[in-house]
Amino acid sequence: MYRPAKTLFCAVNLSALVLAASMPARADGDVIKIGVIAEAQSVSGSSIPAAAQLAADEINAKGGVDGRKIEIVTYDDHSSSADAVRAFQRAANEDHVSAVIASYISEVVLALEPWSGRLKTPMITPGAASDVITANIAKDYEHNKYTFHGYLTSGSLAKLTCDAAKTLLVDGLKMKTAVIMSEDAAWTTPLDAGYADCLPTIGIKVLDHIRFSPDTTDFTPIFNRIEGQKPDVIITGISHVGVQPTVQWKSQQVPIPMLGIASQATNSTFWKETNGATDGVLYQAVSGPDVAVTEKTLPFVDAFQKKYGNFPSYAGYTAYDEVFYIAEAIHRAGSTDGEKLVTALEATDYVGTIGRVQFLPPGDAHVHGLKTGAGLISGLFLQWQDGKQINVWPTALSKGSLKFPSFVKTSASQ
Amino acid sequence: MLFWQILIDGFAISSLYALGATGFTLIFGVTGVLNLSHGSIMVAAAVAAWAVAGTFGFGAYGGAFVGIATGFVLSLATYFMIVRRLQETRSIREEEKEIFILTATLLWGIMLQEAIAYLFTNNAKTVLPIVDGVVSILGVRTPANEIFTAVICWAAIGCLWGFVNRTRAGKALLAASMNPRGVTLLGFELSNIYIAVWAVYGALAGIAGVLLGMFLGVSSYSAGPLTASAFSIVVLGGLGSVSGSLIAAYVVGYLETLTAYLVSPAYRAIPALLLLVVVMYLRPRGLMGRR
Repeated sequence: MYRPAKTLFCAVNLSALVLAASMPARADGDVIKIGVIAEAQSVSGSSIPAAAQLAADEINAKGGVDGRKIEIVTYDDHSSSADAVRAFQRAANEDHVSAVIASYISEVVLALEPWSGRLKTPMITPGAASDVITANIAKDYEHNKYTFHGYLTSGSLAKLTCDAAKTLLVDGLKMKTAVIMSEDAAWTTPLDAGYADCLPTIGIKVLDHIRFSPDTTDFTPIFNRIEGQKPDVIITGISHVGVQPTVQWKSQQVPIPMLGIASQATNSTFWKETNGATDGVLYQAVSGPDVAVTEKTLPFVDAFQKKYGNFPSYAGYTAYDEVFYIAEAIHRAGSTDGEKLVTALEATDYVGTIGRVQFLPPGDAHVHGLKTGAGLISGLFLQWQDGKQINVWPTALSKGSLKFPSFVKTSASQ
Repeated sequence: MLFWQILIDGFAISSLYALGATGFTLIFGVTGVLNLSHGSIMVAAAVAAWAVAGTFGFGAYGGAFVGIATGFVLSLATYFMIVRRLQETRSIREEEKEIFILTATLLWGIMLQEAIAYLFTNNAKTVLPIVDGVVSILGVRTPANEIFTAVICWAAIGCLWGFVNRTRAGKALLAASMNPRGVTLLGFELSNIYIAVWAVYGALAGIAGVLLGMFLGVSSYSAGPLTASAFSIVVLGGLGSVSGSLIAAYVVGYLETLTAYLVSPAYRAIPALLLLVVVMYLRPRGLMGRR
């Protein structure tokens, strides 16, 4: 009597265990979880989970994906690669997310890339820029194919900057010379190389190239050195810093305009943080207030502003789109299996808030990077003018003309 | 031209370093506490000034006032909530208290830093400057704010000098730094002297924080490097020696400026750290250290 009872007990236990082990996948079957790993304390990063949540709410309000609701699971990585890796492992192994939207910092995304492959969990970055991310996928497609680059690579950013500089500076202000000023970080290495390649082709001679440590606080020597070279324009590549060089540019009244990538300038709070010193600064962006890049842009900005009381950072726009095209890919794949999702994501053709999203195909040197150009994603150039971000390029979407503070001397006014 | 540029820029940044390090060394000299929340208190003062001046619209003077008051309040809070409690407790052995206080101020600094990042994000902020515009000195276009910074720093250091050497309370403070037991024998309450020195320190850290916010800008990330730079200046000058810290501040400030101008802005901090290593080898008590 005793023995069979024990055997039965064991069998029940065992089957319970087996059941429990297979549970998570099944039990989560009615919701689709998307992990969001971001930098909650920074302005650029804090928009990422907020925008993803907004997208999930909108999808859920319309019935979800094939009847399944989307749940956003957020993790704060404190701008640290180590924290981000731990969050990724937890997202994939314990929280069983189907895909991850991760970080605007290239170093963090590069640390996550191998984990995305190992754990076979698709990951899309809404804001990192380093070309190495996509180069790694090209180098070892089988292992790294789970990573997608949902924002422009540094190489594309440099090219778009040159396109805008051609119209705004060379044709408009007859400028001929520039100094490149960028922070020393993973994303600026390909950016600077891109600048050095494309600026001469549009007729701008590069006089000097200054890379500075991202912990620089005193920019006086940098601006003085640049001024000594007498360039027509400073071409920027800054993201980790922003407020300090901008404020010191104004307080020292550096007479040279700044144009380029200045991620922090895309934030609506930048005017306040710099006490208005950003007046006249020209920066690249994928979207801007009041600029209807697509029909989805302005409704998104309105909804975000209504829900959170502030405007999304650049990574907010991309994170919002990413939730939509992940949902679409899951619908097309009919599954949340990592491998099938990768194939479905590769076929993405989605018009989002920043343009039409399509990924470069396997075989390309920047596979899983965004396709750019007219009709896809072409980017914008905006200028801070009297507390507002005014779009000045491309001409078709421009809302005003260039205007610089009085201390800035442009070739045209010299 | 380059010579004057280095001279003028180096002077402003060095003055700011001097003011920041003076308070830090004063606390160590008189109370024996290495306050590792120093950077966080400076950042808190600057961020408070930024918020009050900009977001709440109280203007540059209102912001500066609130910023300095924040430094003052946080300094006293550090003393009453952390340092004093640890000094008075019986559950920690006397000889271990120093390390407990050191760790506690470090943790307190991290708490302040995280609170600032949580409430105001970790993006850099700049305090609305009291004076605007530029003036030309010997052909160098210098922001008026830079001159203002140097002047206020020296005014504050001058006030401190006057206080220590000319007033009775100040003399007691100086005496306490030399021989605490002797001061108590003369009938001074040591804890009152401690409160006074933390109050003076708070005001100095507040002023330094607000000026730093106006001149260069701060973020919650700056807290660690600010503590580290004050610490290395103070070690270089000799722990507890105010005049040593002043000299060291200028050595570090000019060395950084020279490197930034003549070598590369990317290597700005390196020579000063190498110098620190060399001084530690050759003269471990620092340039002007007494012990």
